[in-house]
Amino acid sequence: MEHLISLFVKAVFVENILLAFFLGMCSFLAVSKRVETAIGLGFAVVFVQTITVPTNWAIHHFLLAPGALEWAGLPGVDLSFLGFISYIAVIAAMVQLVEMILDKYSPSLYAALGIFLPLIAVNCAILGGSLFMVEREYNFSESLVYGLGSGTGWALAIIAMSAIREKLRYSNIPLGLRGLGITMLITGLMAIAFMSFSGINL
Amino acid sequence: MNILSAKNIKFVKDPLMDNNPISIQVLGICSALAVTVQMRTALVMSLAVMLVTAFSSLAISLIRNKIPSQIRIIVELAIIASLVILVDQILKAYLFDISKQLSVFVGLIITNCIVLGRAEAFALQQKPWPSFLDGIGNGLGYSMFLMTVSFGRELLGSGTLMGFRIIPDSFYAAGYQNMGLMVLAPGAFILLGLLIWVQRSVTGTVSE
Repeated sequence: MEHLISLFVKAVFVENILLAFFLGMCSFLAVSKRVETAIGLGFAVVFVQTITVPTNWAIHHFLLAPGALEWAGLPGVDLSFLGFISYIAVIAAMVQLVEMILDKYSPSLYAALGIFLPLIAVNCAILGGSLFMVEREYNFSESLVYGLGSGTGWALAIIAMSAIREKLRYSNIPLGLRGLGITMLITGLMAIAFMSFSGINL
Repeated sequence: MNILSAKNIKFVKDPLMDNNPISIQVLGICSALAVTVQMRTALVMSLAVMLVTAFSSLAISLIRNKIPSQIRIIVELAIIASLVILVDQILKAYLFDISKQLSVFVGLIITNCIVLGRAEAFALQQKPWPSFLDGIGNGLGYSMFLMTVSFGRELLGSGTLMGFRIIPDSFYAAGYQNMGLMVLAPGAFILLGLLIWVQRSVTGTVSE
């Protein structure tokens, strides 16, 4: 249990998927202009990430890993080269499924997340989470916690960033630095701040 | 049709400066930062992205009239993912060390916004050859940023370029130290931010 809590804290703060691994920068830069939209996208990412990482774990563990097809009487088969295309298919399908379920059972949440859900299919943080899960050989509970943690870390970063950018609108920034440039510099400073968590180990 | 007419050359030249995928279109930043600690990994990554962008644009443009528009994203993703698997297998076979260093970032070319962005914005409307050139051009524009960032990070962070020592030992003896920040994530953000500032001042682009 402690080991899972430690993994969660590590995924949120120390190894923040955005600030330490640069994943999901595109949507981070595009959608961090207002706090409300950032919160919407942040929660959508947490939601999808928590579902897709364990699902991809199951796909990897029961179908693709070397020797995984033993249950079907094919112990010598190694399908791991099909990893990328299967994970991206799972992610795209999951996003579609989540969209349909939300539309049916929680129209208010669907309306709030609406436009961001389809965008998530091509957010590198989601695919990156699944690829890290495979590379680090997490088990099922670890991959669940890692999915939740990395999604939360991403949401935290984008919400903080959007709050800073709302304030930034009133400052006089040199012309060429406006927009993307200053955002990168602030992200750099935020990454330095998050690095101070690196000693924490539960 | 002239293969290298002025119009076609423009497709390659435009993304280098005036319409750079990273600094102006704001696409594909994730991987631009992660693989730039060393110039060697950055070079391999640039080549991989350029090839995937060019050939996916070509393939998508070839079948652009046959793709139903509702499912075009998944068709595009399938084409891109197949190309990335090909690149990944080639890297694993011939450049195993570098493929280990790039780790998950080869796979993340699939979700690199440049590839999908060019497919959506260009290849779906244009003929195959211009699409291919557009892919090469955007790949070059991306490489340009990647190489510049990795040049700064490797020189300042480890004192080497392409793995060769550049800063002489006498400097270290005199008290010079490598800048540890450049090897870490914040160094990449700050360096890229400054580069974008320079690039946008040169082209005169102002956002908002």
